[in-house]
Amino acid sequence: MRAFSYERATTPEAAAAAAVATPNAKFIAGGTNLLDLMKLEIEAPTHLVDVNGLGLDTVEPTDDGGLRIGALVRNTDLAADAQVRRDYPLLSRALVAGASGQLRNKATTAGNLLQRTRCPYFYDTNMPCNKRNPGSGCAALTGVSRQLAVIGGSDACIATHPGDMAVAMRALDAVVETVDAEGATRAIPMAEFHRLPGDEPERDTVLNTGEFITAVTLPAPVGGRQIYHKVRDRASYAFALVSVAAIIHPDGTGRVAFGGVAHKPWRVEEAEAEMPNGARAVAARVFADAAPRPDNAFKLPLAERTLALVLAEAKE
Amino acid sequence: MKFDRPAEANASDRLLVLGQPHSRVEGRLKTTGAAPYAYERQDVAEGQLYGYPLGAAISRGRILSMDTEAATAAPGVRAVVTTLDMDPLPKDSHNVNRLFGGADVEHYHQAIAVVVADTFEQARSATNLIKVEYHAEQATLDLSEVTPPETEPAADTGDFDTAFANAPVTLDEIYTTPAQTHAMMEPHASVAEWKDGKLTVWTSSQMIKWWRDALAKTLSLDVEDVRVESPYIGGGFGGKLFLRADAVLAALGSKATGRPVKLALPRPLMTNNTTHRAQTIQRIRLAADNDGKLIALGHDNLSNTPPGGDGEDATSQSLSFYGAPNMRIVNRVAEMKMPESNSMRAPGDAAGLMTLEIAMDEMAERLGMDPVEFRALNDTQVVPSNPKQKFSHRNFVDCLRHGAKEFGWTNPAPASRREGHWLIGQGMAGAYRGSPASTSGARVRLQADGRVIVETDMTDIGTGSYTILAQTAAEMMGLPIEKVEVRLGDSRYPVSSGSGGQFGAASSTAGLYAACVALRAQIAERLQADAATLDFRDGEVHDGTRSVSLASLASDGELVAEDKIEFGEFRSKEYELATFAAHFVETAVNAYTGEVRLRRMLAVCDAGRILNPITARSQVIGGMTMAVGAALMEHLEVDSGRAFFANHDLASYEVPVHLDIPEQTVIFMQQDDPYSTPLKAKGVGELGVCGVAAAVANAVYNATGVRVRDYPITLDRYLDRLPEV
Ligand SMILES: Cc1cc2nc3c(=O)[nH]c(=O)nc-3n(C[C@H](O)[C@H](O)[C@H](O)COP(=O)(O)OP(=O)(O)OC[C@H]3O[C@@H](n4cnc5c(N)ncnc54)[C@H](O)[C@@H]3O)c2cc1C
Ligand code: SF4
Repeated sequence: MRAFSYERATTPEAAAAAAVATPNAKFIAGGTNLLDLMKLEIEAPTHLVDVNGLGLDTVEPTDDGGLRIGALVRNTDLAADAQVRRDYPLLSRALVAGASGQLRNKATTAGNLLQRTRCPYFYDTNMPCNKRNPGSGCAALTGVSRQLAVIGGSDACIATHPGDMAVAMRALDAVVETVDAEGATRAIPMAEFHRLPGDEPERDTVLNTGEFITAVTLPAPVGGRQIYHKVRDRASYAFALVSVAAIIHPDGTGRVAFGGVAHKPWRVEEAEAEMPNGARAVAARVFADAAPRPDNAFKLPLAERTLALVLAEAKE
Repeated sequence: MKFDRPAEANASDRLLVLGQPHSRVEGRLKTTGAAPYAYERQDVAEGQLYGYPLGAAISRGRILSMDTEAATAAPGVRAVVTTLDMDPLPKDSHNVNRLFGGADVEHYHQAIAVVVADTFEQARSATNLIKVEYHAEQATLDLSEVTPPETEPAADTGDFDTAFANAPVTLDEIYTTPAQTHAMMEPHASVAEWKDGKLTVWTSSQMIKWWRDALAKTLSLDVEDVRVESPYIGGGFGGKLFLRADAVLAALGSKATGRPVKLALPRPLMTNNTTHRAQTIQRIRLAADNDGKLIALGHDNLSNTPPGGDGEDATSQSLSFYGAPNMRIVNRVAEMKMPESNSMRAPGDAAGLMTLEIAMDEMAERLGMDPVEFRALNDTQVVPSNPKQKFSHRNFVDCLRHGAKEFGWTNPAPASRREGHWLIGQGMAGAYRGSPASTSGARVRLQADGRVIVETDMTDIGTGSYTILAQTAAEMMGLPIEKVEVRLGDSRYPVSSGSGGQFGAASSTAGLYAACVALRAQIAERLQADAATLDFRDGEVHDGTRSVSLASLASDGELVAEDKIEFGEFRSKEYELATFAAHFVETAVNAYTGEVRLRRMLAVCDAGRILNPITARSQVIGGMTMAVGAALMEHLEVDSGRAFFANHDLASYEVPVHLDIPEQTVIFMQQDDPYSTPLKAKGVGELGVCGVAAAVANAVYNATGVRVRDYPITLDRYLDRLPEV
């Protein structure tokens, strides 16, 4: 870990301004991802802007019948929120499938969205990695990639977004709200929030330098059976090989987003027309452009079979 | 004391304290955080500095230069010691790879520098300022690319080829096990003080004497000038048998600064810097007659090691577990420059039984036999490759039968049971683990307050040594366990067996027995009585009508006795000593996703006299848990191009969590083995990890009907063979 300076922000705008004022500054929320990365010098901010004093820790109804989740609502609190459990059980289930109780107590909504990939080479600073060190190459392309992306990757990077919460939010059509140093606000649909790696894998999301997340909003509840199924090598406390976040209505229509397969939560809206026709039909369209590697090709049948399980469970 | 013939009835047989379910005597210290582990030894030396290691960034090659200017100038830095500052340090006989010194890099994350600073954070951040220029060479770590070396068979009895060729029922399959890392909770950590030519190291070591000798050799010191202390150890599993870089770097840091230095290996460095269990590729051939009697057994193993090492001999149990008149057992070891493969819990047998016990299951199916009966039929009471050598005691068949009954074993047909979305299966396997013993010494000191202090350099690596040693002394001296204080893990104490190879409990309690017999003799002499007629009970010595309190005997000063146990050849040459178990597992496998959820596990163990049913059970369930990891998830991922293990932290090297482990039942077939030690006890610490993984594998097969011969059995290995959904 490199030495850094530290300040506590007083307002979201001030936080954004502080982050722009010092080059290579970072916000720190729960710190559960950032501190680990700093210890390994994968991230080496020179200045930390602590945003924990800003409030932004409530879940409030919105005018159009949805919910506004403050950026600093802890994962534990969000998963346990009565409105979330009643109207957006998919989100609750995805949250509790992630990390561990202790981590969820600290982890925040914004921090969770911005957690970085778990590619083993990203974590080893001796290894070439375009995401960590742009232009250095991608060790995963010639190394082990069992955990990595099967779709949407590039010649520069095949990392995944490793999280669970964002996958549910993608299926729920959530919107990320931000403010920048000038006080300008943006509303970014979850579909556009995470990027594909392309030739800039160092950029995980479309956020600009210093842009601060204030909240995530959910549109009015959509009902249906909401199931999050996360498949991993052990029963708990592991990142997904594949996860499925699905909303299934009694007539068989619905939505589905996949985790663990791409650099972002993977949802193909056009494929959802196939939902009544079953998992195979949906997966064929969702993963039409898949380019798996030999050691992670299993994720494609796994994704299909997991969706099949979820569809079967929805009927029960 | 020489143990050169089977034990007769003796003072340890009373089992007033021994054999009783005492919870850990040091448990309170551990659960309240008061038992200090190596990195917490603030008390032992004033003015400790912090060391941080740098590991090589390449897997093979040479260091051309190291620029330490920025690191040396960084805040708080007291010293930077690099591998270029010295010739390769002399290597102790137990170490396969060198630990430090010189420009050559033999494996990834080999220690190449240590930075010493006032704080941990300063040391860590300065380490990253060292700039290293390498000349990298191509290395390999991939066992599948190796041409197996020609090797003499370890056993070649009868006429294997003819027997195999002519048998009516045969099996010939290849199985693989991956490299595994110990992943113990406490990393390798040391505090070292090098002062006036003498070195003291407070560390985390399974083997005090080995470490002391190795430190002296490596750092060119006299053994007398080296002291090693390791009273509490947060797990070792074989990873702390041999001197490691943490102690060497802390010592070099202390030498450079004249201050005590503490250093722990960072978790991401541990995998490639220290030792691991080697990968194996195993060919197993079994042949039987139509009644299920084994005619031939062939086991051919290949593993890898750095030059001079042993690799993982997965054939070791196959020499003695099942009777077959024709055997060919070959253990091949491929040498390559690589991270050191070396002992990990039940080295050899753990990996060998993972595969042999799948093969036995497959063979039973080919024969149309119940796998329990197939194993029972092929039991042997003599070592098959050397029939003159008898097992001292072997009750494997009872384990099988008792286990089948307790478990409700029905030998269900593969892929025959389904509950909702889950396929249900049962599997079983046998387990075998040798029960060696080695010389072990102890000192006992009777105090004026009637207490007995035990001193031995034996270690407690979380296994319960403190407790069973306290029980042993209490039993022998007629004291309640509270009146015994056990002091371990200090090179000033008599040399013990140490902890490893499942020999620790049996050997160290026998050594303490010898010391207690010596103390009893001293007391008898004082009382001018015959030691054999004295009765030690309730803190008193009774001699017919006379009774004297132990306390009064030491009122003029403590009574001290020391002895060691030495094991005669009969124990290893005339008899084969081993422990046995039968494992039964029920599992559910998700019909859609292939996820495995174990439902229950049963172990029935035949492991001599059980010195303490609580600590023994803990050993076995810990072993079973570790074996679930081996069966279902644990594997070091080989990056073959870069020749290193890529998943070198605990986020990516997954071990079981609570949710992976179902109800575990352990049954001990209580049977003394007088051929083993005066206490008639054997080890259980490694038995628990043996055979279990195959029982899990067989249960997954039974649930799905899909056979997987490559570990770990992750869902990607069989998903494509599960029924359509
Ligand atoms: C052992 C372990 C296991 C885990 N397992 C899982 C898992 O199974 N599933 C899963 O989904 N996650 C998992 N996680 C990740 C965990 O969910 C994240 O670490 C956590 O959500 C991050 O939240 P935080 O508040 O601690 O973020 P921080 O670490 O504080 O910050 C993360 C990033 O977000 C930025 N940031 C924080 N707040 C804002 C804001 N308001 N606006 C703009 N930028 C901001 C920070 O600058 C930083 O770059 C695991 C983590 C660990 C350590
Ligand atoms: S996949 Fe992405 S994160 Fe992984 S090594 Fe390649 S560039 Fe780095």
